[in-house]
Amino acid sequence: MDKVIDAQNIKYAYPTIEGTEPKLALRGVTLTVEQGQFIAVLGHNGSGKSTFAKHINVLLRAQEGTLTVVGLDTADETNVWDIRSHAGMVFQNPDNQLVSTVVEEDVAFGPENLGVPQEQLRDRVTEALRAVGMEGFEKRAPHMLSGGQKQRIAIAGVLAMHPDIIVFDEPTAMLDPQGRAEVMDTIRYLNKEEGKTIVLITHYMEEASEADRVFIMTDGVVTDEGTPREVFSHKEKLEQAGLLPPLATQVYYDLKEKGLELGLCPVTLKELVDELCRLA
Amino acid sequence: MLKNITLGQYFPGDTVVHRLDPRIKILVALLFLVAVFVVRTMWGFLALALLFTLIIALAKIGPVTILRSIRPLLFIIIFTFVLNILFYSGQTIYWQWGFLTISKEGIEKAVFIAIRLVLLIVATSLLTLTTSPMQLTDGMESLLSPLKKIKFPVHEMAMMMSIAMRFIPTLVEETDRIMKAQTARGAEFDSGNLLKKAKNMIPLLVPLFVGAFKRADELALAMESRCYHGDEGRTRMKVLHLKRMDVWALILMLAVSILFMVFL
Repeated sequence: MDKVIDAQNIKYAYPTIEGTEPKLALRGVTLTVEQGQFIAVLGHNGSGKSTFAKHINVLLRAQEGTLTVVGLDTADETNVWDIRSHAGMVFQNPDNQLVSTVVEEDVAFGPENLGVPQEQLRDRVTEALRAVGMEGFEKRAPHMLSGGQKQRIAIAGVLAMHPDIIVFDEPTAMLDPQGRAEVMDTIRYLNKEEGKTIVLITHYMEEASEADRVFIMTDGVVTDEGTPREVFSHKEKLEQAGLLPPLATQVYYDLKEKGLELGLCPVTLKELVDELCRLA
Repeated sequence: MLKNITLGQYFPGDTVVHRLDPRIKILVALLFLVAVFVVRTMWGFLALALLFTLIIALAKIGPVTILRSIRPLLFIIIFTFVLNILFYSGQTIYWQWGFLTISKEGIEKAVFIAIRLVLLIVATSLLTLTTSPMQLTDGMESLLSPLKKIKFPVHEMAMMMSIAMRFIPTLVEETDRIMKAQTARGAEFDSGNLLKKAKNMIPLLVPLFVGAFKRADELALAMESRCYHGDEGRTRMKVLHLKRMDVWALILMLAVSILFMVFL
């Protein structure tokens, strides 16, 4: 399969005030993502996960190492707009990424910037709003919508640019449980039905458990990677990263300690319930 | 309550006036402003007032809404009215005290200017009541686009205006939140004299500004990641199209206004 994101040992330090020692936010990240994959990057605050996310659509540029996105080298200045049109990004705060006072105009903003011919714009907006389940909200004002709805409008705005990859930088961190569920449903749909490659930056274990592959970041490096089941079973590595396994996995370990071993290490609540039922 | 604030004073509707091209409406409003200044007789004012009333009726705007738009400027109207009465030195003097005189000409002049001011406000309100802020920005951008030739940043200004409008409700909400948070910590916002009140605003304004800058920073990133790079090579979903109706409206208003200006 094609590697759509290929990061090799990338390093980045934020600019600092003169005289102070620059601290590396990324200390050599190596990570590859294949076409159509859903990956999650987990990490504690300050682990560099958001900094890495900003590299994927060249909001930041690696100071060392190489990063290619859809085969384009991010170090090449001329590729910037091309890469951004292939790799969209959804940010944490829905309020700070909507540009327009009308939903449909906001969704059209991205494709307008790409210079999509006027007669196709309307279709792109309709199609994107349908994909996120927000059809019928075309004329509404974003500030009258709920957090989850606003975030889905932001996703539609990215989707209307027809990207191959969508990077989500903690998209649910500011939402209530219902909004969180809406956004996760949308992400799942985009991956399964529309075949988008998804990079989900998060610190919620439950969200990461839905991914095909999980990467754990600690202090600017990837310390563990694998399927959710593999990663969540590496208890010590998770602890080092300052993370706790999801509830289902936690229960599995607690039961094991008490002498009851389930057949399979569960990562979601549903799996846990299934395993427990099998015991009876 | 804060969620329901309207932007500008747009009065939503779907009438002939609402549907007119914003560019035409801006031009006609300018035309009306000129007419209000050029017309010199009471008959002229009456004719303009009738014309405006007709448009208000067409746009289905209630008389209360129009009166409400005059209210913020009522003080200025009364102020100029009084000043004109007292300081205009005319021939037929009714009353005099030092340099203050009330004369027939003064009263006439005062009434004249008051009517003129009211008509000016009504003419501009006709535009802002029937055109959404978004349409207004688009219309302005389109009308000013020839200035791009002399490198005047028309697109950038329109973009700034629309972003400002987008963030007004967000910042109002934030102000509300900060006020509650600071009140919970013992801050008072409406006690003391003017100086004290101004000082009391500091714990409100500082976090508000810091927050606004942070928002601006994030918004810039989000816009960049959505490939925003200025006006160049940008297409628009909604392009303003002049319809036959718009052209007729402009011609008709132009004819009527010129008629008023010449004869009244």
